[in-house]
Amino acid sequence: MHNFDFAKPSTIADAAKALAADGAQALSGGQTLIPTMKQRLAAPATLVSLTGIAEMRGVCTGDGGLHIGAATPHAVVAKEARAHYPALANLAGGIGDPSVRSRGTIGGSIANNDPAACYPSAVLASGATVVTNKRKIAADDYFQGLFSTALEEGEFVTSVVFPIPQKAAYVKFNQPASRFALTGVFVAKFANGVRVGVTGAGNDGVFRWAEAERALSADFSAAALSGLSVDPSGMIADLHGSATYRANLVKVLTTRAVAAAG
Amino acid sequence: MPKDHGIGAPQKRREDIRFLTGRGVYTDDMALHGQTAAVFVRSTVAHGRIKAINTAKAAAMPGVLAIFTGEDFKDVGGNPAGWLINSRDGTPMREPKRPVLAHGKVRHVGDAYAVVVAETLSQAKDAAEQLAEDSVIEELPAIVDMKAAVADPSNRVHDEIPDNLCFDWGWIEDNRAAVDAAMKAAPHVVTLNLVNNRLVPNAMEPRASIGEYFPGTGDYKLTTTSQNPHLTRLLVAAFVLGIPENKLTVVAPDVGGGFGSKIYHYGEEALVLAAAKKLGRPVRWTAERSESFLTDAHGRDHVTKIELGCTKDGQILAIRTETLANVGAYLSNFSTATPTFLHGTLMAGPYKVPHVYVNVKTVFTNTAPVDAYRGAGRPEATFSLERVIDKMCRELGLDPFEVRRKNLLTPDQFPYTTPVGLVYDTGNYQATLDRAMAMADVAGFEKRAAESKSRGKLRGMGLSTWIEACGIAPSHLVGILGSRVGLYDAATVRVNATGNLSVMVGAHSHGQGHETVFAQIVADKLGIPETSVEIVHGDTSKIPFGMGSYGSRSLAVCGVAVTKAIDKIVAKGKKIAAHMLEASEGDITFEDGKFSVAGTDKAKTFGEIAFSAYVPHNYPLETLEPGLEETAFYDPANFTYPAGAYICEVEVDEGTGKVDVVAFHCADDFGNVMNPMVVEGQVHGGVGQGIGQALCEFTTYDENGQLLTGSYMDYPMPRAEDVPFYNVDYSCQTPCTHNPLGVKGCGEAGAIGSPPAVVNAVIDALHRGGHTHVTHIDMPVSPSRVWQAVNG
Ligand SMILES: Cc1cc2nc3c(=O)[nH]c(=O)nc-3n(C[C@H](O)[C@H](O)[C@H](O)COP(=O)(O)OP(=O)(O)OC[C@H]3O[C@@H](n4cnc5c(N)ncnc54)[C@H](O)[C@@H]3O)c2cc1C
Repeated sequence: MHNFDFAKPSTIADAAKALAADGAQALSGGQTLIPTMKQRLAAPATLVSLTGIAEMRGVCTGDGGLHIGAATPHAVVAKEARAHYPALANLAGGIGDPSVRSRGTIGGSIANNDPAACYPSAVLASGATVVTNKRKIAADDYFQGLFSTALEEGEFVTSVVFPIPQKAAYVKFNQPASRFALTGVFVAKFANGVRVGVTGAGNDGVFRWAEAERALSADFSAAALSGLSVDPSGMIADLHGSATYRANLVKVLTTRAVAAAG
Repeated sequence: MPKDHGIGAPQKRREDIRFLTGRGVYTDDMALHGQTAAVFVRSTVAHGRIKAINTAKAAAMPGVLAIFTGEDFKDVGGNPAGWLINSRDGTPMREPKRPVLAHGKVRHVGDAYAVVVAETLSQAKDAAEQLAEDSVIEELPAIVDMKAAVADPSNRVHDEIPDNLCFDWGWIEDNRAAVDAAMKAAPHVVTLNLVNNRLVPNAMEPRASIGEYFPGTGDYKLTTTSQNPHLTRLLVAAFVLGIPENKLTVVAPDVGGGFGSKIYHYGEEALVLAAAKKLGRPVRWTAERSESFLTDAHGRDHVTKIELGCTKDGQILAIRTETLANVGAYLSNFSTATPTFLHGTLMAGPYKVPHVYVNVKTVFTNTAPVDAYRGAGRPEATFSLERVIDKMCRELGLDPFEVRRKNLLTPDQFPYTTPVGLVYDTGNYQATLDRAMAMADVAGFEKRAAESKSRGKLRGMGLSTWIEACGIAPSHLVGILGSRVGLYDAATVRVNATGNLSVMVGAHSHGQGHETVFAQIVADKLGIPETSVEIVHGDTSKIPFGMGSYGSRSLAVCGVAVTKAIDKIVAKGKKIAAHMLEASEGDITFEDGKFSVAGTDKAKTFGEIAFSAYVPHNYPLETLEPGLEETAFYDPANFTYPAGAYICEVEVDEGTGKVDVVAFHCADDFGNVMNPMVVEGQVHGGVGQGIGQALCEFTTYDENGQLLTGSYMDYPMPRAEDVPFYNVDYSCQTPCTHNPLGVKGCGEAGAIGSPPAVVNAVIDALHRGGHTHVTHIDMPVSPSRVWQAVNG
């Protein structure tokens, strides 16, 4: 690890100021950033910790659904979202291990947008709104491919607002080594239709499975998916699974998510 | 009632108090005055010619004290292979030099070609990055695939070895024609091509070494993560650096696991010593996890074709194997023994097989060296054999339990000389098979399978009846087989004046529990409390010259040396007692910690004898020496042969291909058991590693020789959720006939016996689900492989 300066602002405005400086980078749980720095693959001049900003922490209901501060650790979401949005709480409770869940945050996760991360599928399937220090971004516009988002230079996530569906479930199939999602599917049924967010599988990162959404919006049952298939050509192939295998997983896990959502 | 002390008691491990409370002292925990940090510059290409290493810029960086390259060590010795193996045609193996730092060429990703020593770790890292930038290495085509390596004489890992072949070994060559004939005549021949997957050892503690040099005396000290401090001393001192053996102390303090990978001497150890001498300051190095992945000796990596000739009712007539075994870029110390004498000699298994022939070609590749890893050769043999027998049962429609029973040796056949050169002294393989079947409730399987089916899962059951040779090893035998070292062990028992004991042992505990179990044996033999016995290990300045721990040898070899030394203590104690009690030595008996004159009530306690030995005010010095300290060396007469039957049940999720091990039953025969709790722990750990190999772990190099599974993001370690509650039994005991403890060794059994049981269970489940076209899946039987096998 190279040397760096450290700032811990207590307001969003101060954080924005600190992050405007040259070589500054946001730090949340550090579960992704710190290992990268240890390997000397990143060398920010200043780390600006976002975890001391009270308005960026915690879970509460409000306008538009469930508001989750960007600096809220997964373990807190797992506990506090349970009464309002159990599928989301389950997702958070299945990320990594206890130490990762105690430090890693939703903001860090969706800012990083790892193609195998869990949260992006929930954000997309819920049609959530990503709130930043500058604006509000709809989930459909936010995720822009592997490790890439709509965030601009100096912009950071302050909270995420999740509309609460009637029924939902997340089914994750672990990558055998990292235990991130080899493929994970989040299914959310709203009054006006069903959204399906798929992580871990797509070459371009998290995506919505439109065909399944149409079928499930008409008939929210596992049987509605039986005639569908997923085209392997857009799927990730790696050491842990071929594109055809992942295409199969998308369908199997979606079916199981529908069953789990009840 | 289980015993509450001494031999056979399930004592909790005394060492766990320090391990579990964070008070262990490992190499990296030691802070030394004036210490410096070494960082190695490692090759990022698998194969390359070193054109230039420009040290000037790095040398001028802040804090840099010294830079070494391969040039600095070109005139010192290499790190040798411990076994000389001859090829089938009688020619000796090819043995390239393994230098301290790569010189001329780099041969695998991670091969160290330079090192920076600096005041601080981060200064050393900065300079090492600079040095890497200033090094010119011309990349050569990588040699990764073994078949390609031997087929293409133009591309060589070592320029002087044209076909990348270390040796082509036949076991037993004289039997080859007879085996071929038996195979030809066999009514049925089963053929199986398989890969025994390459594994990274992943000890919890990465390798670490500290070198010290004391200019006042010319002494060196190496503190290092070793399973085998005396061997490391011998290799560093005599073979590599040319330091007199008595000027080097090697200390292996608490060591956090080894599984084989820390048996061997590595170049980093020689380097820190040489650098410490040059600088007159301690030099330390601790591997980062990514260095461990790239440079610890890996395990397994065999590509095998096994053929089995049999009658239509499953009587095995002949076995023939052809194996390519990867040794990686250099010969690690035991790398030539592992695929040969620890593998080929086990190919008859626990069965009566008249004809067996094993051929192994070991191949150099541009990958990390491969050597013994928990089980070492025996898991490979067991896997090949137990899988091909399973395939035979499917091809002929036979019951795998009955086929095993039909072929197993029977108790009246011991001692039994196998066609592959071993003499099994004793065993009762039917007993362990019966026990395992009872534990597993084989009869109730269909009911369980139906229940699994109701949850959408395919259930399968797999069996493996395994044997291994451990208690490594009789020196006379291994000498004939090419070993360049003796494999005896040693113990010194020092009775202190106050009657407590320091027992110095040549075995090294790096998690096994020697400190507890050896103390139980000593206390039991002497009738004293276990708390009076301290086990000392891991420091060549304290312990007798022993051979360390691996090959499930500690108890069966070193433990026996301990009992032999105790026998000498008792004999000497009798002499002292005879003098004190004014009786003749022949009339003294020793029982329950008391020396008595037979037939009288005259007696001295062990403590009184000990005290007198050190306060010899009126000793007849011509006939009785003061002191009570004895050393024994023990060289076993034979290997020991633990054996057992393992039954695994799995559930397969057809949708995802995921396999869950839902039950695992082990019926083992380890001979006499000294501490059942430690035995259970060893079996749990071994089976866990076996399940890891069977379901999770794999090591992949791409065609350029880059390690793709170089971190825990891609190297799948088994976790608690991947293993079941084990059902372990060791009540079938046929004590070893040639050591006085009657013990056999249990450290590797789990890793040897379990992988085929798991894979056999998966194949069984798939067949029950109608996927009868799946005859084999290579390990790891990962979700994607299972799904591909079913749907591909
Ligand atoms: C062992 C392990 C297992 C894991 N398993 C899983 C898993 O199963 N599923 C899963 O989804 N994830 C998993 N993760 C990732 C984990 O969820 C991390 O928490 C997450 O990737 C990053 O969150 P963080 O708060 O730690 O971010 P950090 O590491 O602090 O930051 C990550 C990146 O985001 C930037 N950043 C941080 N906060 C913000 C913000 N508010 N706005 C804009 N940019 C920001 C940082 O500058 C940095 O570039 C695992 C991680 C580990 C170490």
